[in-house]
Formats: sequence, structure tokens, C-alpha cells
Amino acid sequence: MNARRSIALALAFAAFLPVLGTRIAAAQEQEIPPKLHWSFAGPFGLYDTEQLQRGFKVYREVCSTCHSLKLLAFRNLADPGGPSFTEAQTAAIAASFQVTDGPNDKGEMFQRPGKLADRFPLPFPNDQAARAALGGALPPDMSVLAKARSVERGFPWFIFDAFTQYQEDGPDYIHAILNGYEDPPPAGFTLPPGAQYNKYFPGHAIGMPKPLSDGQVEYTDGTPATVDQYGRDVSAFLMWAAEPTLDARKRLGFQVFVFLIVLTGLLYFTKKRIWHKVKHHPELLEPRPPTEYRS
Amino acid sequence: MSEHSIYKPQTAFMRWMERRLPIAGLVYSSFVVYPTPRNLNYWWTFGGILTFMLGVQMITGIVLAMHYTPHVDLAFNSVESIMRDVNYGWLLRYLHANGAAFFFVAVYAHIMRGMYYGSYKEPREVLWILGVILFLLMVVTGFMGYVLPWGQMSFWAATVITNLFSAIPGVGDPIVTWLWGGYAVGNPTLNRFYSLHYLLPFVIVGVVVLHIWALHMVGQNNPTGVEPKTEKDTVAFTPYATAKDAFFIGVFCLFYAWFVFYIPNYLGHSDNYIPANPGQTPTHIVPEWYYLPFYAILRAIPSKLLGVIALLGSIVLLAFLPWLDTSRVRSANYRPLYRQFLIVFFLVVVGLGYLGSQPPEGGYVIAARILTAYYFIFLLIILPLLGLFEKTKPLPNSISESVLREGLPAGASAPPPSGAKV
Repeated sequence: MNARRSIALALAFAAFLPVLGTRIAAAQEQEIPPKLHWSFAGPFGLYDTEQLQRGFKVYREVCSTCHSLKLLAFRNLADPGGPSFTEAQTAAIAASFQVTDGPNDKGEMFQRPGKLADRFPLPFPNDQAARAALGGALPPDMSVLAKARSVERGFPWFIFDAFTQYQEDGPDYIHAILNGYEDPPPAGFTLPPGAQYNKYFPGHAIGMPKPLSDGQVEYTDGTPATVDQYGRDVSAFLMWAAEPTLDARKRLGFQVFVFLIVLTGLLYFTKKRIWHKVKHHPELLEPRPPTEYRS
Repeated sequence: MSEHSIYKPQTAFMRWMERRLPIAGLVYSSFVVYPTPRNLNYWWTFGGILTFMLGVQMITGIVLAMHYTPHVDLAFNSVESIMRDVNYGWLLRYLHANGAAFFFVAVYAHIMRGMYYGSYKEPREVLWILGVILFLLMVVTGFMGYVLPWGQMSFWAATVITNLFSAIPGVGDPIVTWLWGGYAVGNPTLNRFYSLHYLLPFVIVGVVVLHIWALHMVGQNNPTGVEPKTEKDTVAFTPYATAKDAFFIGVFCLFYAWFVFYIPNYLGHSDNYIPANPGQTPTHIVPEWYYLPFYAILRAIPSKLLGVIALLGSIVLLAFLPWLDTSRVRSANYRPLYRQFLIVFFLVVVGLGYLGSQPPEGGYVIAARILTAYYFIFLLIILPLLGLFEKTKPLPNSISESVLREGLPAGASAPPPSGAKV
């Protein structure tokens, strides 16, 4: 019997040996973005309002030249749990953008300053225009970008992630891309024309030129004006853009957990008490009406 | 079996009602005094959990449907608008998406329990087959739901899975065109998937009613696999089973809430946050985790047609378990060999799940083939033969006898504890 069990287990293990080999080989090619500390990580982690405001500044002054943010409206910038600009600040930001409205009474589209309810205007009228202007590359919309990018975690890390609540691979990846440019590319790597070398981009040849350099965006609050810091701030901002209800979710989550733990505890003791006689004093149970059982 | 108790209406209104529609009496006999084996363990709470999850999915789903737009140009953004602009829309959507996953967690636990304790054996064959039908309906409903957000994985999963029908010789391609409502996955496909995704849960409710009806005809199995014989072997459904189910639904909800509130996107694929693009195939097309074992079986077979047959067969064969398993002893606790082969079978299914998530190349394919072979050898060869050759342990005379033995202190002079868990 034990021999049979050993054989079965050995077979199961043998079936996985080739897998382990492949896994190690695959792991060597991939550059894993460094795991950063994020204010919004963990069960109580919330967005850092000032970081989101800085991140918005980076998005506005740099990314928005090519990348749209079409699912967001200006009013979102004033939402609680976001950059939390005041309504006056948000209205001023909106008014500094020109948006297309219309048609008017003459049937013509026209430009006007943005209002709170307007969505962020698109940098290009359509995808074809973007490709034409950028040498064929199409910059992805950034509304849910932080959730649309991930890091392949592999076995066994993906199991630990469920317990440590690691959900920040998207912002880790975006930060890594912004800091992963290498010029010139490593020896032996031939770049296709128009592409840049990026350590963390799949295949390494990225269409986007290095977007940030130290001192490019002015910070007024004393935060270091470095590419690393810009990367952190704009990644946090994009995480908020992709998941604007994270703060509300974690706050409600805590309340739900307190409630569920108390409820489940009470249910446990209720169950224990109900079953007490059955388990320990069956002779005290009241007799039940007879039932016809199958033989 | 439900003749044992007479419901006595307590009020004039209930007496009036009972003579016209005896629904209170039905509930009373089915969910209050219904005798349930006293030795059930927590694996028996998953039936209640599944009913609870079906309710959660239907309530969240009906509200989500009020805000969702089934159109290829609007679906992705309408889901995002639920996340951003609908009050507690993020909660509804995360409850629904993770609810599907936890629905499958519960159904796999429920199936494992049935296989371990031989719950499919005479007289519970119809009950078991209805269960396999429910599982198939869940698979189809879940798949169609995954397509609705119309992200990259939605679109390509729909393409890959519907394309499986093209393996049917002769009529395959016309069938696929018919399923799509066009010559590629497009708006008609999305519309019909949405319609069916809304319809099928109600079909599931209908089959659940049959499943519970069949259960109440034959009674629950229990960890000994010995049928209840006297009142000593059973307890009333309420309060005993109700209290136990309620407690474990609470425990289950803790796990569920962990995912919904803290790692809501852990079980999803990041590519599904990229809007569907028919012109760009993702590097790896992966289904949701709960389909991965079957996906691995599909890809393990080099021929497409045979792969599809194996995929279908891996589920349909389960319906034949009552006849594939020739042993007269139900519970694996008394079947030492079956118990080991079955545990290996469960590990193999988990292993197939992992392989299904990996690219179909090199060692992964070889491993998937070995595990697929075990899956079918277990069901088609090991199970029928075991019943003929296996030497089983002696069964207790009754449930109450096995319970009393377990309660005895160590060293007490009692017959050997054949009913005790190994």
C-alpha cells in the first residue's frame, strides 16, 4: 500500500520535473521590475494626496502630449480619495484646457475652455492621426493603464501574493519603464529603426523616446525633481486614474471585516451551543417523531 | 421520507393558507424537521454556500445589467463607468467577478466531497447527474460572463473557445459561423452572450430545485457512507444544519471579502483591462483559473478534434461515475486504495490547472500529457478495477455507532475504530 502511494507520488513529481526546467530557463530572460513602496499598498494603504497632485503635474506637462486619459473627467480631480484639488483649483485646471463642443446653432463644432463635467481632451483626434504624428507608434490610453500592465510572478510567488496582498505590479512596471532606458543599448543588441532600448519593456525595443529627465518638471514642495521621483509620482497618479475608488474600497473592506469576524464568531458559538447536547449528552435530547428510513 | 412530520399551522391565517397552498408545510418538512445525518462534517456545508453564492451572483448581476451596455464599441467603457460613476458600482462589479471565482471554489469543494465520500452511488445517481449538469451550466455561464467586459482576454477567449466547434468534421465551420452570428466574433456574438448570460442563471435555479428535490428523496450521504437507520443517526435540519451552514458561510465570506476588498484583480488577467482589439492577439491567451485544468487537457492532445473530445469527456465522464465506480462501499475512509488514488487525482487536477496557465511548449506539454493520461486512466481503468480487487475496511453498523467510537477516550476497551478517520 505504501509502496503504491510512493509510486503515485513519484509519478506526480516526475511529471513536474520538465516544468521546473522550463521555469528556470524562462526566468533568466525576464527583467523583473523592482518592488517599490507604495502608500496605497496593504489593507490600510491609501493614496497620498500630495503625490497624486505631483503625479498629475507630471502627466499634464509630459505624458498628456501623447497619451489620452479619456475615461476621466476634470471633476474627478476634486473627488475624495483622489488628488483632491479644491473645486476652484479644479475649475481653473479645466478652464486651462480647450475642449471641442458643438454643434452650435450654425451646425459648427467650436472650441471652448473646459468645464468640470468635461472629459480630458484627446491629444490626437484619432488613432491614425497619433500614428502619423509619432512614426507609427500608438500611445495607449492611460485611464486604466496601471491595471492593464502586470509583472509575471510565476510559481510560487503568485501564491504568496494572495496573502501579502501584492497588487502594485502595474505601478511597479510603469515606474520601471520610465527608469529603464539605456542609451546606447547593451552590446550585441540591434535596435529596430525608431525604437529605444528599455530594460523592462518586453522585447526591449520600445517606441516611446525617453520621456523624462531630471529637473524637467518643477516641484514647489521640495520633493526631489528626479526621474525616479517623477516615475513614482506619475505611477501613483495612474494607479488612482485606473482605480479611483481604492480608498473607499479599503475603508469599507475594514468595516466589512470587523462585521464578518464578529458575525462569524457569534455564529460559531451559536452552532456550538446548539450542537452541545447532540455531541455530549444525546440522552437529554427530546425524542423526535419516528421517520421511515431506507433499509 | 418527508412523511415523518406534520406541519401544524399556528394561526388562523396559516390554517387558511395551508388548505389552499401548503407552502409552509413544504418548507417545514424540507428545511426544518428534515432529518440530516448527525455526523456530517464541514465539507457538507458547500451546498448551502453554493445556494448563497448563486443568490449573490444573481442580485449583483441584475443590478450590473442595469448599467451595462452590450455593444462592441461601448461595453468596455460601460464597465469602466460602472467602476467610476455608479454608486458602489466598483463593489457590485468586484463582488460579481470574484463571486464567480468563489462560486467555482465552492463547486469544486462540493464535487471533491462527493467523490471522496462516494455520494454519487446508488440511490443518488440522478442527484449526481443533475450536479454535473449544474457544473456544465456554470461553466458556460461563467465563460459568457467573462466575455462581457470586452477586454482583450474576453475577446480572445471567445474566439478560441467558439473555434473549438470548428473541429467537428464537416459541419464545424458552419456551426462556428452560426454561433458567432457572423464571420468573426463581433457585436452579434456579444449580444447573444449577454442574453444567454442573463438567461442561464435562471436555468441553473431550475436545475438546483431538481437537485434539492432529488436530494430530499434519497437523503444526504455522510462520512461513513452508511445510511441512517434510526432517530439516533440523524438530527433535525433546523437548527442543527442551519446553524452549521450559517457559521461556515460566514467563514467562506471572510475569504471572499479578502479578495473583493483587498486583491480584487488578483484572479483576473491584466490584459482584460485593454479594450478588445481583433487585430492584435495577446502573447498568451489564458482562461479564468477555474477552467485551467480543462484547458490543459485540451492543449495536451496534439489533434484538435481529439483535444475537444477529451475536454468534453473530462467533464461528461464524471456523470458516469456511479457506474464507473464498481465498489459497493461509498466512503473513501473505508477504501484505503481508492483514497490514495483519489488524492493523487485531486493533485493531478491542481497540477493540470497550473500547466493550463503556462505556455504550451517544452516540458509543460509533456507534463500536461502525463497528468491528462492519469486523469482518464483513473476514471476509466482504476475506478472500475478497484471495486473488484480492493479490500475495504469493515463498515460501522450505524452512524451513531461510528460517532460513539470516535468519542471514546484513547485506550478504552472498544472495538477497533474502523470508522475513525485515517
